[in-house]
Amino acid sequence: MSGLSKIGVIVEDDGIGPAEWGNALPILHQVRHALRKLRETGEPTLIDLRAMPFGPGDEERLVGLLGRGEVEARVEALGPTRIWETAYPGVWLVDHRNAQDERRALHIEVSTIPAILRSQDEDIADALIRLDACIASDSGAAYPSPTDV
Amino acid sequence: MAERKTLNESLRERGVSRRGFLKFCTVTASLMALPPSMAPAIAAALERARRPSVIWLSFQECTGCTESLTRSFSPTVEDLILDVISLDYHHTLQAAAGHQAEAAREQAMKDNHGEYILIVDGSLPGPDMNPGYSTIAGISNYQMLMEGVAGAKAVVAVGTCAAFGGLPAAGPNPTGAVAVMDLVKDKPVINVSGCPPIPEVITGVLAHYLVFGTPPELDEYNRPKVFFGQSIHDRCYRRPFYDKGLFAETFDDEGARKGWCLYRLGCKGPSTYNACATMRWNSGTSWPVESGHPCLGCSEPRFWDAGGFYEPLSTPLIAEGPTVAVAGFAGAVAGGALAAMAKKATAAAVAQRQPVKVEELEQSLEGQP
Repeated sequence: MSGLSKIGVIVEDDGIGPAEWGNALPILHQVRHALRKLRETGEPTLIDLRAMPFGPGDEERLVGLLGRGEVEARVEALGPTRIWETAYPGVWLVDHRNAQDERRALHIEVSTIPAILRSQDEDIADALIRLDACIASDSGAAYPSPTDV
Repeated sequence: MAERKTLNESLRERGVSRRGFLKFCTVTASLMALPPSMAPAIAAALERARRPSVIWLSFQECTGCTESLTRSFSPTVEDLILDVISLDYHHTLQAAAGHQAEAAREQAMKDNHGEYILIVDGSLPGPDMNPGYSTIAGISNYQMLMEGVAGAKAVVAVGTCAAFGGLPAAGPNPTGAVAVMDLVKDKPVINVSGCPPIPEVITGVLAHYLVFGTPPELDEYNRPKVFFGQSIHDRCYRRPFYDKGLFAETFDDEGARKGWCLYRLGCKGPSTYNACATMRWNSGTSWPVESGHPCLGCSEPRFWDAGGFYEPLSTPLIAEGPTVAVAGFAGAVAGGALAAMAKKATAAAVAQRQPVKVEELEQSLEGQP
C-alpha cells in the first residue's frame, strides 16, 4: 500500500447526526391509497422508487418502515430479482438486479401477487415442447413402455 | 439487406425467457422515466421493433460522453440495448481503423439510407470556418455531419458540446464552434445535453426510439421532456431548506454538514433542467448535490460562460447580499423567477454568439507581453 495508510483519519462526532429528509412518509401515503384501491377495485399499482427525489437514507427508512412479511422469492432472469412481501400484505417490494447484482430498478408493487412471479404463456408453450421432447427422447431408454410390462 | 430481427427474437435466441423479457421491459420503462405500468405497452412495441442502425460521429469533444455511456452498462441489462441496436460506426469503440472505418461508415449509410439514427458528440467548426480545426480522415467535421444527416431518420446530439457548443464554443470560441442544431434544419434533432449526460439518459433516448420509432416530446431546447422537463431545484431533496431559507455559506460550516441548500455556494439547480436528482450517477449511487457540491448547470446552454461556478445564481442577474437572502425566503416564486431570468439571459447570449477567428486571436495575443 502507499504511504496514505500512514495518515491518521479522525472522524469528528459533532452530534449533528443524519438529517431527516422527510420523503418516506409521503410514499407511505401513496402506498396506502394504492392498497385501498386494490381492496376496493382489485386494481394493482406500481411505484418506481427510482423516480423519487430521495435524500440519503430516505429509501432505507421507507424500506424499514414497510418491514418484512411472510413471503420471499427470487427470480433468476437477466440477473436476480428479489421479491418480498412487506409487513403489509398486498404491498410487495420488487428489487430488479442485473447479472452483476447491481440494482436496475426498485418497485413497490401493490397487488395480490407480483406480475414477475406468474408463469408466462410463451414460456408455458415452450415448456410443453421441451417436455414432449424430453419424454420422446427418454421413454425408450430409461423407462419401459406400457406394452413391455 | 437482410431483415433485422426484432428485439424479442434476439433475446429468445439468447435463451432469455418471456419473464426475462418482461423484466427487461420493466427496467426499460424505468430507464425511459416512464411509469412502470407502461411495461406491457413497451413489451408489445419491442416485440415488433427491429434493430436500428446507429452511426456515431465524434467531433470537437473529449470522449467524456462515450466514457459516460460505456461506464453505464458494461455489462448490465442496458448493454442489451447496444447489442440489439447495430452500432455500425463509432470512432472510439470500433475495431476498424483508417480507410476500413470510413468504408464501414459509408456502407452503413448506404445500406440503411433514410432509416439510421445519427448520434453526434462534440461541436464542430461552422461552415465558414477553417475546416482544418477538426477533420477525420481528411474530411471536415461539417462535411461529415451533412453527409450523415442526409440519410438519417433522426439526429441525436449527445453532450452539451454537440447540443449547445459546450466548451469548444466558450469564449473566445477560437474555432467558431457551433452546435449540431445550428446546422441541421431539415431533420429532427434531439439534444441530450450534459457534461457528460447521465448515461441512462443516453440509453433511455435510444430505448425510446427503439420502442416507439419516433422522437420523444422535446422542450424548447430540443431536449426530451421526460428527462429534462423539471429543474434540478424542483426535484432536489434539499429543496425544503431553500424554502425555509436555510443555506450552507461555506463548504465546511454547520449548514454544509447538515445538508442545507447549496444555493449561496453557486448551485445552478434553479435554472438547470436535468434528471440528476432522481436518476443519479454511478448506478444510482449519488449525484453532485448529494455529495455536497453545487450543481454547475452543465446541461444548459453557455454554462461555461455563465459566470463563476461558485457565484450564487442571482449575483450577476439582480443583486447581491440582501436580495439573495430575500430570494431564499421567498422560496418557489423567487426560484422560478431567477430560473426564467437565467434562461432569458442564456437565450440572448446564444443569439448574440460571435465566433472568434484565429487571425483575431493571434492579433490579440501579439499585443500581449
